[in-house]
Amino acid sequence: MTAVPGRAPAHATRNALRLGALRGWTEFVQSLRSTQDQGFYVFMGVASLAYLWFTRNGEVEGTDLSMPTVAMPSLLGALLAFGVVIGPAYALAMEREDGTLLRHKSVPHGMQGYVTGQVVFHSLGLVPLLAVLLLPSLVLFDGLMSNGAAGWLTVGWVLVLGLLATLPLGMVLGAVVPSTQKVGTWGMLPVMAITAISGIFFPIQALWGWVQAVAQVFPTYWIGLGMRSAFLPPEAAVVELGGSFRTGWTVLVLAAWAVVGLALAPRVLRRMARRTSGSQVQAARDAALQWVR
Amino acid sequence: MDDAADAVVAVRDLRMTYGTTEVLTGVDFDVRAGEVVCLLGPNGAGKTTTIEILEGFRLRSAGSVRVLGVDPAHADEAWRARVGVVLQSWRDHPRWTPRRLLTQLGGYFAPYATPERSRPHDVERLLATVGLTRHADRKIATLSGGQRRRLDVAVGIVGRPELLFLDEPTAGFDPLARRDFHELVLRLADLEGTTILLTTHDLAEAERLADRILVLAAGRIVADGTAAELTRQVAGTSEVRWSVEGRRQSASTDDATAFVRRLFERHGDALGDLEVRRASLEDTYLAMVARFEAGDRTAADLEEVLR
Repeated sequence: MTAVPGRAPAHATRNALRLGALRGWTEFVQSLRSTQDQGFYVFMGVASLAYLWFTRNGEVEGTDLSMPTVAMPSLLGALLAFGVVIGPAYALAMEREDGTLLRHKSVPHGMQGYVTGQVVFHSLGLVPLLAVLLLPSLVLFDGLMSNGAAGWLTVGWVLVLGLLATLPLGMVLGAVVPSTQKVGTWGMLPVMAITAISGIFFPIQALWGWVQAVAQVFPTYWIGLGMRSAFLPPEAAVVELGGSFRTGWTVLVLAAWAVVGLALAPRVLRRMARRTSGSQVQAARDAALQWVR
Repeated sequence: MDDAADAVVAVRDLRMTYGTTEVLTGVDFDVRAGEVVCLLGPNGAGKTTTIEILEGFRLRSAGSVRVLGVDPAHADEAWRARVGVVLQSWRDHPRWTPRRLLTQLGGYFAPYATPERSRPHDVERLLATVGLTRHADRKIATLSGGQRRRLDVAVGIVGRPELLFLDEPTAGFDPLARRDFHELVLRLADLEGTTILLTTHDLAEAERLADRILVLAAGRIVADGTAAELTRQVAGTSEVRWSVEGRRQSASTDDATAFVRRLFERHGDALGDLEVRRASLEDTYLAMVARFEAGDRTAADLEEVLR
């Protein structure tokens, strides 16, 4: 290849990662300032809290725990899984079509920066999403966190591991869907189905055995379980499958998904980047204008 | 073809096939350092395909392509740092401001600065160059079409490229924006020595900007020369109009000067409304395109086409 005087590849990659992190932060701040995104956060918060509020007088069978104390951690897990799969999938599919990706392809190391920016942005995006649910819940419902500091520590590692397990899947999804309009069918429906059977809205024991088995393949169930182990007293484990929070399994399954996702994502993203061209952006633009008409 | 080695862009027998459709059927041309070359052609002639192959955004079916001495299909990031691409914008980065976006994207070029060529451009100066200083902190979503396009140009040149690709840069411009843009391109070529390859289907634009014009029709280059050279080839078909005693007449001639002299000899003072119109680049272009679009792909004789 052509020798460029003074080129420093290692430096250039580090530079791109730094720019990507900065990009993620900028996008996050811009998102917090946007009324559209504020609306989304408020909606998510209000909807979740309403659900918890209307079930507040129920008790979970076999325990003296109120419904919200059990549902809240599950909901937290679902929001995490849902938010970092569907969010990045939409963002990626859209930015492929609107030319954002192409712009990054046209600058040196731009794709590295872009992907870093996405990871940072969507990880940061969890903060307000969790805050709108967690902060009011702590005020509204008593006895939410039974395990003190140790519980919060568990919340922390479940968050990080859950993020690693699901964010790459969202990026893969966004990279393979043919168009933004298809994210609904390819992404939303399966993710909603998985969320529905993962023991968040009703205990997983109420489902048929094979559905339980399917649910336990996916990370959503385990993120919810990890969250319950963080918030609920140890006695509450009796209502879980196998009468235990199965912390070891939680770590194992989430780590396995993280490994699969992190191995898959760069390949799929590289393939997507290779295929991105101006004509493709133009075609998406024409299709979208057709859509509008 | 002799100086392919020091050409900035060298294309030989470039072919592109989508399914069974041949879009490019053997394109050959060179662009030398510091040249402004315009790729002209009707819609669907393969201009965008050609330029995307040169940009490294699309893989060719066959043929050889060297851009800055490298095959763009296997080019690395250091090559990318020397090439500027002005993309068609649509609605990307709506929440960003021009200043933020230029700072962010320019940052990627910093590791590729050399003692002779500092990279990236100073953002303030760049904003001033493209006339966006006043709008530097507005959300990009609120910019007008012309302002967005100037931002696209700024993004394309923020890394101080040695070679710049522009794909239909002035589509949708009003005349004023177009004139400003032309000045910007000429300034880039003069002051920075940037080699520029642009596509357009606007003949006036090609004539104004380009050192050399390549006409792409039916998947190949059917003409290659300066605007004057291309026009001279059809100079023979000048059109002369005049009137004698109020009766208007016109004729085509190979030698307008001699024809007009004879008119004066014959009619003297009775001659009025004299008008000599040389065939324009537009006539040349339309003649060529019509011929090649009609499917006569084997017609290699340009002279014949032009007459």
